[in-house]
Amino acid sequence: MAAAATEPRSLPANPLARGLKEGLGAALLAFGLAVPILALRTEQNISNQLVLQPRWHYVGFAVLAAFLGRLLFVLATSAAAPRRPKAAAPAAFPAGAARALSILGLLLLLLYPVLALAIAGRAGAVKWIDNFGVQILIYIMLGWGLNIVVGLAGLLDLGYVAFYAVGAYSTALLAQNFGLSFWLCLPLAGILAAFWGILLGFPVLRLRGDYLAIVTLAFGEIIRLVLINWVPVTNGYAGISGIPRPTFFGLPFNASDSGFAAFFGIEFSPLHRIIFLFYVILALALITNWVTLRLRRLPIGRAWEALREDEIACRALGINTTNTKLTAFAMGAGFGGFAGSFFAARQGFISPESFTFMESAVVLAIAVLGGMGSQIGVAIAAAVMIGGTEILRELEWLKQIFGSAFDPAQYRMLLFGLAMVLVMVWKPRGLVSFRRPSIFLREARPVRADMVKEGSG
Amino acid sequence: MSAPAAPLLTVEHLTMRFGGLLAIDDVSFTAARGGITALIGPNGAGKTTVFNCITGFYKPTSGRLTLSRGGAASPADIDALTASSRRSRKTAAGAVYLLERMPDHEIAAHAKVARTFQNIRLFPGMTVLENLIVAQHNELMLASGLTVLGLLGLRRYRDAEAAAVARAQFWLDKIALTARADDAAGALPYGDQRRLEIARAMCSGPDLLCLDEPAAGLNPRESSDLKALLKSIRSDHGTSILLIEHDMSVVMEISDHVVVLEYGRKISDGPPERVRNDPKVIAAYLGVEDEEVAKVEAEIAR
Repeated sequence: MAAAATEPRSLPANPLARGLKEGLGAALLAFGLAVPILALRTEQNISNQLVLQPRWHYVGFAVLAAFLGRLLFVLATSAAAPRRPKAAAPAAFPAGAARALSILGLLLLLLYPVLALAIAGRAGAVKWIDNFGVQILIYIMLGWGLNIVVGLAGLLDLGYVAFYAVGAYSTALLAQNFGLSFWLCLPLAGILAAFWGILLGFPVLRLRGDYLAIVTLAFGEIIRLVLINWVPVTNGYAGISGIPRPTFFGLPFNASDSGFAAFFGIEFSPLHRIIFLFYVILALALITNWVTLRLRRLPIGRAWEALREDEIACRALGINTTNTKLTAFAMGAGFGGFAGSFFAARQGFISPESFTFMESAVVLAIAVLGGMGSQIGVAIAAAVMIGGTEILRELEWLKQIFGSAFDPAQYRMLLFGLAMVLVMVWKPRGLVSFRRPSIFLREARPVRADMVKEGSG
Repeated sequence: MSAPAAPLLTVEHLTMRFGGLLAIDDVSFTAARGGITALIGPNGAGKTTVFNCITGFYKPTSGRLTLSRGGAASPADIDALTASSRRSRKTAAGAVYLLERMPDHEIAAHAKVARTFQNIRLFPGMTVLENLIVAQHNELMLASGLTVLGLLGLRRYRDAEAAAVARAQFWLDKIALTARADDAAGALPYGDQRRLEIARAMCSGPDLLCLDEPAAGLNPRESSDLKALLKSIRSDHGTSILLIEHDMSVVMEISDHVVVLEYGRKISDGPPERVRNDPKVIAAYLGVEDEEVAKVEAEIAR
């Protein structure tokens, strides 16, 4: 009895037997789930009648995948057992290695367009720089912006896309109505978004946790609905087009005589603008990162983290939690606004469809997967999530297996869900699950994530 | 103690009502400048509620809470402030504050009242040092030019931060936690967390330190260290202390003045020896019948 109590699960000696048993269980579960979802499909035939199309082979695939997956999982984990006891603290990351790693990463980013050109050639590089590089960097920037609100201050914000939208529409409207250039619109968009961040902050100051999340979610929807319905200003669903593209110190990227290519005496190529945009968003993202890292070491950043840890203790120490929350909202919103402004200028066209709740969810997923409060974690998560969905578009060969109607890009949400589940099982506090102290007496020892609060405000 | 020192905090007719529940009923007492005042009473007597009123976490139903910094405020000053709608008033000696009019964070920042909590409230995911630096938020915020100058990395902020670290280090040495300065506060043992919370409150440079059961859960050695620490805070730093405590050895040994609450009312008030022998207090703690109290009182009177 005592032995059973100390060893809660007495495992069968043979891992294969256990794997087969658990695999069968998983297969049964998959069968139960797959029958109502996958087995039958309703389709219209030529005479407009609904017909049932059986797809039992899909069910077969699902059941087989579940069985093999569980079997392999059991075999793999029993091979790894006996499990090592978890290290008491994460091995202190040597500061030198971290610095070398970040310099290497920065160099890679700076050389990325050159590398893409060298490897993929002129035609292939557009895709790699624009779809991967620029797109990922936009989401990295959004993730870092939201990280201030969610990761540092612990305020769960489900409507972050609202500030992205404010930034984008500010740029579009200012450019259209007042003829301002991108470089003037960019700071204005950031300021306007920060202003809206404060406006949202006021009514939600008293709310915590779930209630805060719901109100911010509603705020995101309000902004989107205003954009759709305020047709005289925003042009509704049709969106705004003809947003001026960023210029290189006044030199437009076109084939004209006063353009960038003509000025430098090189042959015109649309690649110039894409590479330029890459460096613009890279600079914006790096500024976001620099400011955030800097703020973390300032009283305001420490107050944000203290707010996440214990709001009542903050008030007992004389910290004005109202101002602290509002500055967190404003900073996060401001960076979202910068990203939105860049997005508008890059696309040249915006419509409310780019600012759905899905975007908020994706950015929040990036911040959470990255490890709340960790800058590098967010960058990695953005690269994996956004890069991953872009790569799905590349997997044309899957059509050979699943038939020509199969579109891998439609499975991006599945990938999101899978990534979330895997990371939450494997690293419940995100990819980088320790917190680096903002100041230290002798050595910066990382703080284990289970100490760090998630925040409830 | 000689003649009663000028009060730092004066609580007058404090009443706190939660719906139908009268948690504090017309309680008045003073906390002497440079003294240790203990607030004792059986569980549920309203001690923590009094604390929450003083530190602004509750807004009292009625009553006046006057705190005079720097030196005693003249009654004229206090009356003038009470008649006005303002929260504080400069006096010849310093300033006088009406705490019932102020929100919690302003009481901590301006009236310089710091507190600890019955269930420890550290920032568990931040290091011990960071906890002590956050306590100095308002000074550092000013030095960082409300973040703008600090963002530029100006010297003024760096100097202020170095001073803040020096102050933190002083308190770390005092509570013997220097070796653990870079560990997460949440990873410390219970007794260390209690001491750290007191050090964090002291790092905010308070005039009045309110401690809610600082000796709860401490072993006898830790408890005697705590007594030494509190005495040193009173004598070396000029910080007056108001504490809630159930450990009578701590209360009787270090406090200059004891206030006893029962069912939201004050039943006794005076130096420790007198309170210890007060039959009402004995009755409240031992649960004696009211008639017996009357009998004992009669005996004492005789």
